[in-house]
Amino acid sequence: MNEIEEKSFYQAMGRYRGILGWLISTDHKKIGIMYLGALLCFFSVGVTLGILIRLSLIAPGMFLSAQHYNQLFTVHGIVMIFLFIIPGIPVAFGNFLLPLMIGAKDVAFPRLNRFTWWLYLAGAFIVLLALATGGGPPDTGWTFYAPYSIESKTNVSLAVFGVFVLGFSSIFTGLNFVTTIHRMRAPGMEWFRMPLFVWTLYATGWVQILATPVLAITLLFIVLGRFIGIGFFDPTRGGDPILYEHLFWIYSHPAVYIMVLPAMGIISEIVPVFARKRIFGYHAIALSALAIASVGYLVWGHHMFTSGMSDTARVIFSFITFLVAVPSGVKIFNWVSTLYKGSIEVAAPLLFALSFIFLFSIGGLTGLIIGSLAPSLHLHGTYFIVAHFHYVMFGGAGFSFFAGLHYWFPKMFGKMYSEKWAKRGWFFLFVGFNVLYFSMFILGYEGMPRRYFEPPPQYHGWSVISTIGSWLLATGILIILSNLVRALFKGEKASANPWGGRTLEWTVSSPPPRENFIHGPVIATDPYGFEGKK
Amino acid sequence: MPTMLLGPANTSGRVDETFIYIVGISAVLLLLVTGCMIYFVVRYSRKRHPQAEEVKESVWLEVFWTVVPTLLALSMFYFGWVNFKYIRTPVKDAISVNVVASKWAWLFIYENGKRSDVLRVPVNKPVRLVLTSADVIHSLYIPAFRIKEDCVPGIKTYLGFNANETGTYDIFCTEYCGVGHSQMLSKVIVISGEEFAKWYETTEASGAAKKGQLLLQDKGCLGCHSIDGSKKAGPSFKGLYRARETVITNGAERTVIVDDAYIKDYVRHPNIDIVKGYQPIMPVIPVTDAELALLVEYIKTLK
Repeated sequence: MNEIEEKSFYQAMGRYRGILGWLISTDHKKIGIMYLGALLCFFSVGVTLGILIRLSLIAPGMFLSAQHYNQLFTVHGIVMIFLFIIPGIPVAFGNFLLPLMIGAKDVAFPRLNRFTWWLYLAGAFIVLLALATGGGPPDTGWTFYAPYSIESKTNVSLAVFGVFVLGFSSIFTGLNFVTTIHRMRAPGMEWFRMPLFVWTLYATGWVQILATPVLAITLLFIVLGRFIGIGFFDPTRGGDPILYEHLFWIYSHPAVYIMVLPAMGIISEIVPVFARKRIFGYHAIALSALAIASVGYLVWGHHMFTSGMSDTARVIFSFITFLVAVPSGVKIFNWVSTLYKGSIEVAAPLLFALSFIFLFSIGGLTGLIIGSLAPSLHLHGTYFIVAHFHYVMFGGAGFSFFAGLHYWFPKMFGKMYSEKWAKRGWFFLFVGFNVLYFSMFILGYEGMPRRYFEPPPQYHGWSVISTIGSWLLATGILIILSNLVRALFKGEKASANPWGGRTLEWTVSSPPPRENFIHGPVIATDPYGFEGKK
Repeated sequence: MPTMLLGPANTSGRVDETFIYIVGISAVLLLLVTGCMIYFVVRYSRKRHPQAEEVKESVWLEVFWTVVPTLLALSMFYFGWVNFKYIRTPVKDAISVNVVASKWAWLFIYENGKRSDVLRVPVNKPVRLVLTSADVIHSLYIPAFRIKEDCVPGIKTYLGFNANETGTYDIFCTEYCGVGHSQMLSKVIVISGEEFAKWYETTEASGAAKKGQLLLQDKGCLGCHSIDGSKKAGPSFKGLYRARETVITNGAERTVIVDDAYIKDYVRHPNIDIVKGYQPIMPVIPVTDAELALLVEYIKTLK
């Protein structure tokens, strides 16, 4: 390669310089980097709010009133769900890597891609505006259950509108990725030669396209209820509060797969590279992603096992819920089998990936407990649920996000971070996470309801332990992020392929050139052949 | 299929049994997965095992770990279903109690019209709760009995149990309902059949005082205000009349004397004054003028 070809996309100049140049760029890599920055900011905000929730719980009323506490956990949920984990892996890593991994120059619709980023910014801005105007931050919980959300004096309407806008960002991203994967693959890249991360982005894309419009309609109904009194969910006007729960979860359950499927994709990339071994059960992993995405549509009712919904419906939803657990199990068995007879180097990305397997297993298995009808009568609406979904979303999607961040950091920024500090950060995060959230399983089994400002005294002990866990976890996140920020400025220059990966993004320089590939790649095999490679 | 596990109600063991079954299998699976993972990472570390070996794909293995978990999962579903069905199937001759949840109080109405803010039930007798809500969604949860069901406005839902030990057990609200959510507490008091019959048959004294107390209970006031001086989400009614209270009006502190007019005005327009040390969370309670007068007269008697 000569000098000119090695110029990275960071140096590629468009019509404008500086921030404007970034904001109007249609380069999928720049958009990915901007998304990543925004996500990490909102993640930090969400963590801070979470720490405050835990603090208030061990000393209720000391520094937060009940109303402020309710607003706090609502905003924590909205920020973490809608601004961090749902856009999450697809918009940051998907944007940056999808075209690279399939040997394309960009996504199918680069300008639509830029538009999703603007919509995301607009949605985030509206949500933040809602916190500072009208009746203040919403106090409904992130689920916006009616009729409470119709009556609330807080600024629910604007927050809901922000989420509505964010929904469109998500729909267009899904549309763009599905089209890109269908139309933009390099010559020779057949479906079953695609990296597994691409497979999961594909399955996720469909969920985004098909499920998110339901959320948009539901939120619109809330706003109509608040402004012109249309009583979709108001029993005094012939509406039905349980209808709201159905509509909300028809989106919000598949949304769990929007968060977790791409997370599984990242794990499927990292495990074979650090084990130097072909991924075990490639077809099973790829197809199970599609199975999860399609069956995952039909299980939303398990959020409503004590809602007053008919008992027959509960039985059917429970049955399908147990079926959707199986493909996740299949993936876990295949990842573990990939390690068998490998040549394993436990570098930071693998450490996060293995933690994902452990934590996600706990999240999934506890999901079986609450997906079962009888235990759900006891555990629904308690801290058991809070623990379960944090194990799935944070232990699952969150740890995978960090795994991906450490895996692709050298590719994205062309710098190496300190491996030692990455591992130290992981240690605090992992220990803190389990102290924080495992305590909640115990609290939940003992019957402590969620969203309680002032827990009854018998739950104080485990609450304190959980809160101590939150401090350890925050320490871990602080170490991890500082280590990466330091690497940005002082890190050593990264080579094109520091981990020995076989997917296409490792064939270009770090960071990649503006047009990704100087010569369009031609693909002859799947990307997991490590035979003879050290 | 009777359960081996017991608890304070017939429902407790049913739930715990399913719980233990699923947790047991899950723990074995988790140990297996984690154990293999850690063993492989140590055994095949790059130091010990510098060159990876090729391992053939196996359709049989894929089928095996698809079919076996499916069967396990279906057995979990089945257990949960059977016990759920037992818990949810209505029993004949159950004592029926209507439950009205409101922000932030529970009201239990018995078949003979008797009302209470705690749930008194006889031991070893099936009870059926018919639930509804007067405002937003609430959920009636009895942790010791391992059961809950949402109270939904405009809809009747139900819950059934048969307590097998006398005692007092917590009732929590488990559907988020606003500032008073964690204060929306009550008790199930399980008493002997005779004791229950005695309580159930006693007609309340019909004096004005008793009427006032019942009205406070019906309107949900007692959820947040005690009549014995104990502290709840709002100030106690005991000694309230003629008391000097520090309130905050538009951010400025002032002292008021609680008299007839003040109480009436406060009920009609709550939260314009915020009593110092409390949250501005009082909902507008629909009461007639006559009822309001009765309430004030009753509060006067609580010295």
